[in-house]
Amino acid sequence: MNILEVRNLHVSVMNKPILRGLELHLKPGEVHAIMGPNGSGKSTLANVLAGRGDYQVTAGEILYQGQELLSMAPEDRARAGLFLAFQNPVEIPGVSNVRLLKEAFNAHQRYRRLPEMDAMAFRAYLNERTKSLELSEDWLLRPVNAGFSGGEKKRNELLQMMVLEPHLAILDEIDSGLDIDALAKVAAGINALRDTKRSMLLITHYPRLLEQVPPDKVHVLIGGQIVLCGGLDLAGQLEERGYGWLF
Amino acid sequence: MNDSTVVASAISRSYKHGFVTSILSDTIPEGIDEGVIRLISSKKREPEFMLAWRLAAYRHWLGMIEPHWSSVRYPPIDYQGISYYSSPFADNQDSIALEDVDPALLATYEKLGIPLDERLSLAGVAVDAVFDSVSVATTHQKKLAQLGILFCSMSEALREHGALVQRHLGSVVPSGDNFFAALNAAVFSDGTFCYIPPGVRCPMELSTYFRINAARTGQFERTLIIADQNSYVSYLEGCTAPQRDRHQLHAAVVELIAMEGAEIKYSTVQNWYPGDAEGRGGIYNFVTKRGECRGDRSRISWTQVETGSAITWKYPSVILRGEGASGRFHSVALTNHHQQADTGTKMIHIGRHTSSTILSKGISAGQGHNAYRGLVKVLAGAQGARNHTQCDSLLLGAHCSAHTYPCIEVKNHSAKVEHEATTSRISEEQLFYCQQRGLASEAAVSLIVNGFCQDVLRELPMEFSVEARKLLEVNLEGSVG
Ligand SMILES: Nc1ncnc2c1ncn2[C@@H]1O[C@H](COP(=O)(O)OP(=O)(O)O)[C@@H](O)[C@H]1O
Ligand SMILES: [Mg+2]
Repeated sequence: MNILEVRNLHVSVMNKPILRGLELHLKPGEVHAIMGPNGSGKSTLANVLAGRGDYQVTAGEILYQGQELLSMAPEDRARAGLFLAFQNPVEIPGVSNVRLLKEAFNAHQRYRRLPEMDAMAFRAYLNERTKSLELSEDWLLRPVNAGFSGGEKKRNELLQMMVLEPHLAILDEIDSGLDIDALAKVAAGINALRDTKRSMLLITHYPRLLEQVPPDKVHVLIGGQIVLCGGLDLAGQLEERGYGWLF
Repeated sequence: MNDSTVVASAISRSYKHGFVTSILSDTIPEGIDEGVIRLISSKKREPEFMLAWRLAAYRHWLGMIEPHWSSVRYPPIDYQGISYYSSPFADNQDSIALEDVDPALLATYEKLGIPLDERLSLAGVAVDAVFDSVSVATTHQKKLAQLGILFCSMSEALREHGALVQRHLGSVVPSGDNFFAALNAAVFSDGTFCYIPPGVRCPMELSTYFRINAARTGQFERTLIIADQNSYVSYLEGCTAPQRDRHQLHAAVVELIAMEGAEIKYSTVQNWYPGDAEGRGGIYNFVTKRGECRGDRSRISWTQVETGSAITWKYPSVILRGEGASGRFHSVALTNHHQQADTGTKMIHIGRHTSSTILSKGISAGQGHNAYRGLVKVLAGAQGARNHTQCDSLLLGAHCSAHTYPCIEVKNHSAKVEHEATTSRISEEQLFYCQQRGLASEAAVSLIVNGFCQDVLRELPMEFSVEARKLLEVNLEGSVG
């Protein structure tokens, strides 16, 4: 069974059609890349999958783990293992990273009818997971994304993903704004989370990330439709030739 | 679901302290005149000077008019329609052994989470429990007395420590200070008295828990805290009332006095009944709170979390008289449905090198109305005075409002006064971010609001910051459709 099936998806924003008959099929354990020029609708797809308001689905359907996704509340999608690493993670002043993480983790636990973790147990669980990200000591006590650099925000998204262990992770430009070193760390983090059951959708402009996290498929999104599918070589071609020849 | 429906459904509230205790009470007939004041004074068997003080205040009050300069709006208060004294005890019985207290009364406090039996009470917190017009129990008194700390009801203080009370009562808030303070001076029935001797650091939190139970009564309590030289005390007050259709008046006065090198931390978690979703019922909370940093290097801080009342009108202030004295005001005020809050502070810099900090967080939801009103006054002699003020407002929904009325008067050119203010709406982006991490929308609203208030909440003593967080959550809770 596919973990995700998007069939003939049409989405408008403020009555302007953005996605126009998008098709996408993802199997468990697969990593797909979605590439495309600015404004082609990549984030729109990510947001619709996560259940954000302000997007009108005018036609099509989405199945997630065989279930009708569009009728689910955003928090239920999250608890069912759908995770979105935001292109622009928002700041939440006064709320520490550890507090959000713990509340989120325990919401997942309740949904799975597993016991909640207290502060001590959760700290231990976190420490195990966060070593690889080389976060500074005070990271967990800092307010969510407040005053974070672009790169720090992206690493924070990855940290949340490590803690919540989703079945389907949508990473919206997780590589943008990262220097070479930071990119390597983020790529290593993503690879560490790759396994036979977890699927990922990597949204990116650049093949750099894909060279380090080789996808099973590369889709090119232009004008609200997937216009081309291929392997990693397609990403290289796009870097050389741009998107112009595909219009 | 869009932003406004999430917010609207997440903020409908349920008031958990709205029950009524059935208890026989000694309630005097509604109305106010000199006879009523004499009656209250005689019921309390107070020293002679108090009756004279009350009558003078009453005569002064008769000549005053109710103030309407604030932004709160309400129908005229009928001062003859209020009973000014209600006691759960029989006539002339003003204190009672805990064993003899009506079990219904003890059960009330248990239900509120404030057990009056010392063996069950929170470790490290001494409580004075005020029920309608009288103090029903004061815990841990003996232990405190060993350190020379006086912690008792105002009635007891007037009988046992009359001279000390007489010396300080009204020295910070004079009996004719303002309309509501004058009314309080005339009819106040009980409250808490604390005295911390020189050099003593009070080893536990002192607290008063105010409960209005009887219908058609007002609660008029008066609290006086004196911290003698180089002493320290942290004090907390909490308050609740039953759910009733009629508005009830609460007009309290709190006076704080900090001598040289002393520090008083005064925290309030105010959860009076706020009225229902249509604005019926609820407490009118008109309170005068003022502290005086009388001695050099003395410190007073007010921390308040105001989530209840139909109307909140209070401006906990600090008179910074001593050299190097410091005053702080930290406030969270939440207004939902038809609640109105006009609150803030006054920092009066008289002494040299005095400093003050003001941090105000206003949250408006539903059709709530929230105003910050502040005065920072630096007198000519206050060389090197400093103030920093930060006022932040958070709006939840489209029908609420927030206003800021800061007033700054500086008569000394070496003073440094800074003011910052922000107003923001709870953002759909923040809500969605939290939901995408698995939080239900009401948990998301509560988390974001908590974050907004964090800098104030962390000023509260540990036990109470937990309570305050829960209270904010409860007052924001509701079913999400
Ligand atoms: N919330 C929104 N409000 C208005 N326009 C939007 C919104 N989200 C996306 N759009 C529009 O939809 C189109 C696709 O945007 P987006 O999905 O962000 O593209 P990409 O992520 O591929 O750069 C753009 O024209 C953008 O302006
Ligand atoms: Mg995008």
